[in-house]
Amino acid sequence: MARLTFVLAIATLVCAIGTVAANHHARKLFTELEREQGRMRDLEVEWGQLQLEQSTWAGHARIEKIARERLHLQAPKSSQIIALDALAPSNPANTVAPR
Amino acid sequence: MKFSSNPLLSRVLPAWRARLVLILLLGGFVALIGRSLYLQSFRNDFLQQKGESRYARVIEVSATRGRVSDRNGDVLAISTPVKSIWAIPEDAKLSPAQARHLAALLGMDVRELNRKLTTDSDFVFIKRQIAPDVAERVAALNLPGIQQQREYRRYYPAGDIAAHVLGFTGAEDAGQEGIELAYDNVLAGRPGSRRVIKDRRGQIVEDVASIKAPQDGKDLTLSLDGKIQYLAYASLKQAVAEHKAKAGGIVVLDVKTGEILALANLPTYNPNNRFGLVGAQLRNRALTDTFEPGSTLKPFTAALALEKGKVRFDTLIQTAPGHLTIGSATIHDAHVHGMLTVAQVIQKSSNVGAAKIALSLPAEDMWQMFDALGFGNPLHFGFPGEVGGRLRPVKSWKPIEQATMAYGHGISVTLMQMARAYMVFARDGDLLPLTLTKLDAPPLVGKTVFSAQTAHEVRAMLEMAVQPGGTAPKAQIAGYRVAGKTGTAHKLESGSYAQKFVASFVGFAPATDPRLVVAVMIDEPSGAGYYGGDVAAPAFARVMAGSLRALGVPPDSDLHPLLVANKEDAAVKEDM
Repeated sequence: MARLTFVLAIATLVCAIGTVAANHHARKLFTELEREQGRMRDLEVEWGQLQLEQSTWAGHARIEKIARERLHLQAPKSSQIIALDALAPSNPANTVAPR
Repeated sequence: MKFSSNPLLSRVLPAWRARLVLILLLGGFVALIGRSLYLQSFRNDFLQQKGESRYARVIEVSATRGRVSDRNGDVLAISTPVKSIWAIPEDAKLSPAQARHLAALLGMDVRELNRKLTTDSDFVFIKRQIAPDVAERVAALNLPGIQQQREYRRYYPAGDIAAHVLGFTGAEDAGQEGIELAYDNVLAGRPGSRRVIKDRRGQIVEDVASIKAPQDGKDLTLSLDGKIQYLAYASLKQAVAEHKAKAGGIVVLDVKTGEILALANLPTYNPNNRFGLVGAQLRNRALTDTFEPGSTLKPFTAALALEKGKVRFDTLIQTAPGHLTIGSATIHDAHVHGMLTVAQVIQKSSNVGAAKIALSLPAEDMWQMFDALGFGNPLHFGFPGEVGGRLRPVKSWKPIEQATMAYGHGISVTLMQMARAYMVFARDGDLLPLTLTKLDAPPLVGKTVFSAQTAHEVRAMLEMAVQPGGTAPKAQIAGYRVAGKTGTAHKLESGSYAQKFVASFVGFAPATDPRLVVAVMIDEPSGAGYYGGDVAAPAFARVMAGSLRALGVPPDSDLHPLLVANKEDAAVKEDM
């Protein structure tokens, strides 16, 4: 009888310590989750800022300004445009062997 | 001495003393049990709550406002966190050097800073919405009583280019104009809150309950095409500057889907700079301002007459002697043209011809057509100040009014309505609803207004108007067949027509299989010319040519156009 009581007491003790350990572990994991979620939010914010930066640098007004003023590009005049007939056999674009 | 030999033991105490102690002890126990019963059962909730408040916290979970992007996914509006610097004036005792340093970092005047720090209130914003890197440097100064707070600020990378479509938000991130207002319930995020358990170090260790889940605003993809929008804006700006106009508007529609690819107005504003956002610059003229369209309405009169079988494409109409008197009023043509076919009436834009065609039609039919085209009814995008224009009930029409409406006077429309109405000619006589958001599955067929036969015939007439002998050779584009119509209308000012004009051009291309409708309106051009063919048509051509190229629409005509706009005799000046 006394032996059984002793064994049960030990078992209870082990269970109790196990509960505490599991709880602690859960809390640690939860903190980690929180941290990662925070990181996710930060990255999302950064992504937004990068998107903003991209659309600022790639703004059409800026691109046109640089194309015209720095690179001296211009739209081709109509006399400089040659239209190719996609179906004509004489079209050199159609006779190019597939790579 | 032994304990047992203690003489005190031999003393016999009175029995009541032992009993008294026993009763006192028992009484103590009963009191304790009673107290614990009371706490456990009657005050349980209150105590639980008190206990929880020692470690549980309700924290706010912020939600961001949705992004707005164009149809290609380029961002047009985005919210990003910024910091606001605030202070408790009582605690903020800064040395002059510290104050100077802080003011320099924030880019503000030292005197203004000091004025803010000497106010009586408990809380004062020093500067709102500053960039995060500046906020970090301010935090590094570690000044007493200076605090930071996280806020969201909305940025519009396209700036003034798409200002009227997007609108802007107020300080609390709520939409105030344009898309931001019309789609506020979609874009707006709803902040939530949750109850958590925090440990001694302030770290969250357990999620107790989510009281209200935060809901981020949904992203919105507009039908706008950033490239076409820029092109439209830049061309409009050029036209308005060149002709010293008061204002202007431009609309680009996708004929196949009813999507609005571009919408720009001048004057405009920069939504990133909230300072001084008032007055006329905020108006989205293409939707809120009506004007008498003038000759751009003539094709509809011709279409209705064709549809009802009153005339054919080549029916001759006598427009000599260049004026027509109805009742007490007289309609004039600027040039006397003599006999014209219906197609030539449109090509040369004869008022007398259009009026004569209109008078052969019942007024009810005309009203029904205008109504079916959407004139007189707002488009319901949810923008503030949208109007439907003025289409008076048919019962009040007099013959002279029916005649003037044939060439676009006595009726007022918005630029967007005009652009939409031209879709009936660009399509096979049907009209699609317009949309500002990108469609996944566009409607295939709209509401039929005219038969396909009529639409094709009017399309041919509109092509003639752009060719030599028409009113708008400047609307031609190399490589594409263009169809369109000019309009030059006197402005109504306090009930009478003034010597001020609204020049417009509405057209579509490529004429063989139209893809885009472009409508341009220039308000009060005061430079050399004021005709729609001189003022609005070149802007139309620039936008149309660039947009068709951007969309990769295959050319449907010779690359070397019949451009004869420079020859004086070739262009016919239209009538007002």
